[in-house]
Amino acid sequence: MESIGVLLACPMNSYLEQQLDKRFKLYRFWTVPDKSSFLASHKDSIQAVVGNAAAGADAELIEALPKLEIVASFSVGLDKIDLTKCKEKGIRVTNTPDVLTEDVADLAIGLMLAVLRKLCESDRYVRSGKWKRGDYVLTTKFTGKKVGIIGLGRIGMAIAKRAEAFSCPISYYSRTEKPEIKYKYYPSVVELAAHCDILVVACPLTKETHHIINREVINAMGPKGVLINIGRGPHVDEPELVSALVERRLGGAGLDVFENEPYVPEELFGLDNVVLLPHVGSGTVETRQAMADLVIGNLEAHFQKKPLLTPVV
Amino acid sequence: MESQPSQERNEQPTKEVPHVLVMKPPPLLTLFEDKFISTKFQLLKAWESTLPLHQFLTTHAGSVRAVLCSGASPITPHIIQLLPSLQLVVTASAGINHIDLNECRRLGIAVTNAAGVFSDDAADAAVGLLIDVLRKISSADRFVRHGLWPATGDYPLGSKLGDKRVGIVGLGSIGSAVAKRLEAFGCTVLYNSRKPKPWAPYPFYSNVHELAVDSDALIVCCGLTAETRHMINRQVMVALGKQGIIVNVARGAIIDEKEMVECLVHGEIGGAGLDVFENEPSVPKQLLELDNVVLSPHRAVFTPEGFMAACDLVVANLEAFFEDEPLLSPLIDE
Repeated sequence: MESIGVLLACPMNSYLEQQLDKRFKLYRFWTVPDKSSFLASHKDSIQAVVGNAAAGADAELIEALPKLEIVASFSVGLDKIDLTKCKEKGIRVTNTPDVLTEDVADLAIGLMLAVLRKLCESDRYVRSGKWKRGDYVLTTKFTGKKVGIIGLGRIGMAIAKRAEAFSCPISYYSRTEKPEIKYKYYPSVVELAAHCDILVVACPLTKETHHIINREVINAMGPKGVLINIGRGPHVDEPELVSALVERRLGGAGLDVFENEPYVPEELFGLDNVVLLPHVGSGTVETRQAMADLVIGNLEAHFQKKPLLTPVV
Repeated sequence: MESQPSQERNEQPTKEVPHVLVMKPPPLLTLFEDKFISTKFQLLKAWESTLPLHQFLTTHAGSVRAVLCSGASPITPHIIQLLPSLQLVVTASAGINHIDLNECRRLGIAVTNAAGVFSDDAADAAVGLLIDVLRKISSADRFVRHGLWPATGDYPLGSKLGDKRVGIVGLGSIGSAVAKRLEAFGCTVLYNSRKPKPWAPYPFYSNVHELAVDSDALIVCCGLTAETRHMINRQVMVALGKQGIIVNVARGAIIDEKEMVECLVHGEIGGAGLDVFENEPSVPKQLLELDNVVLSPHRAVFTPEGFMAACDLVVANLEAFFEDEPLLSPLIDE
C-alpha cells in the first residue's frame, strides 16, 4: 500500500503520522507552500484524506481530488466533511466513535466541577501566594444540580450516567423524544435551558444546530446558569456568550471549543467564572492512540477491500 | 427543663438563657451568624473580649456547659481544665483532630461533629481535583489565558480516568461518596480503612502501602489521628509510582508533605490535587512552580448549601442538649 497517496489535512498526532508514513505515501498538507498548485500536480495520486475537528474535506478539496476514495476523520464530529458531496461521488467516510466517548464525558463533568467549585480560580489564588487565614470564599455545590443535555447520543448518555452519580436530575433536548429513556424531555432548547442549572452541548454540529446556543437560550439560562460546551465552537453564538458572561447575565461557562480556534475571545481571560480549554475533549494518550488505530484500521480495511470498521458514509 | 405553658410564652424567661462558649469564630459562624440565633442558648464570644483567653475563661466561663469550636480553637486538656462545667463539645467541622477525645471521654464530655453534611461537597471536590490533575484542566486553562494556544499549538495529552485503579484511604462518609462517583466513570475502586466495611463491594487492603502498590491514584478521605499522621510517607508514594496521583481533601498532616514535595519535584509520583496542607495557609514554594499539581485553599466543603446544612446541624445539637434531648450527631466510639 506504500504507493497509495494519503493527504493529512493538518498536524494532529505524531503516532498517527508515523503509522501513515510507514504504510502509505503520506502528503502533509500544511507543509505545502502553494496548496492549489500542489493539488493540481498531485490530483491523480491522492486516494485518501485524513482530517480531524480542525480540517477535513470540504467540497472544494473533494472536487480537486478525482481519485479520492475515502475520508477518514480523526474525530467523531463530521462537520468539516461535505458528507453530501461524498455520498454523491461514492466516497467512503469514517470517524472515531465510541473510543473517545468516555474522555469527552469525563471532561464535561470535569468542567462542571471546575466552574462550579472554582477549581482553576482556587489554584490561581494559592499560586499567587495571597492565601491568608480568614479568606472565606464559598463556591457552588455541584451535587444535586439539574443537568440539561443537548443531544443524547453516546457522549450525552455518558455525561448523564456520570452526573447521576452526583445525584443530578437529568433532562434533555434532542431532535426527537426517546421514549425508552427515563430522563425528562423538553421539546426545545429554550425550555430545557429554563429548567436546568447546567446546560451541556453534546450534539453534532450541523446546519440546524449552528448557534443553537443563542441570546434567547442564554437569557433563559439566567444569571446562575452555567454553560458547558464540549461540542463545537459554532454551536454557540460566541459574541453573545462573551457579553453575557462579562455582564454577569450568565453565571459561568466551561468551554473546550470556540468558533475560531485557536483564538479565544480575550475578554474571557480575566473572568473567574469561566474555564477555558484548548479543545482537549479526547486529549488523552490512551484515547488518541485508540483513535489513530481506528483511522489506520479503516484505511487498511478499505484498500484491502474489507468491511470498514466505523463507516459513516 | 420545664416546658412553658402557651399563655406564658410572651413573658420574659426567669432563667437566663445558657451560654455556648466560642473562643474563635468558625467560618460557619462568621458567614452565617444569624443562623445561630436561638431561644435555647446564647453565644459567649471570647474573641470579642480584650481579656487574654485564659483570664476570660476563668472570669466568665465557669458555668459554661457547652463549647462551639473548630480547627482554629482546639479543645486541649488545658482548655478543658478551665471549663469545669463543660459537658458538650460541638465542632463545626467533620474533622475532630483538634479535640482531645481521650480527655473528653475520661470526663464524660459528649462531642458532636458535622459529619455527613459535608460529604457530598468534599467528594465532589476530590473527584474534581482528580479529573483536573489527570486531564490537566487548570494548567490548560492557564495555557489558554496566557494566549499560548495560537503560538504553541496543541496542549500535551492528559491521561484517561476510566481505566484507573483508585485507592480510597478511609471509606467513611466522604470516602464512600467518592467511591460512588468514581464508579460511574468506570474506575476500579479499592480501599483501606481501619477495618473492612461489610457493605463495601470494593477490595479491601489492610494497609496503605499495599493499597498504593495496586493503585494508580490515592484519594485521602480519612480523619487525622496519631495513627494516620504522615501515613502517606515516601514508601507509600514510591509504591504508587511515577504515574501515580495523590488527592488530599482530608488533613495536610496525613501526608508527609516534605517527602511529597520531593517526590513531585523528582518525578517519583505523577501529580497531586491538594486542598489541605500541613501548615495552612503556608504552601511549599516548590509546589507553586509545578504544572502537575492542582492547589486549593482548604475549601473542599465551602458551599452555601453545605454550610447552611452544617449550621442547622450544629444549632440542632446545641438545642437538643439544652432541652435534655438526644444529640443528633454524637461521635460514636468505633
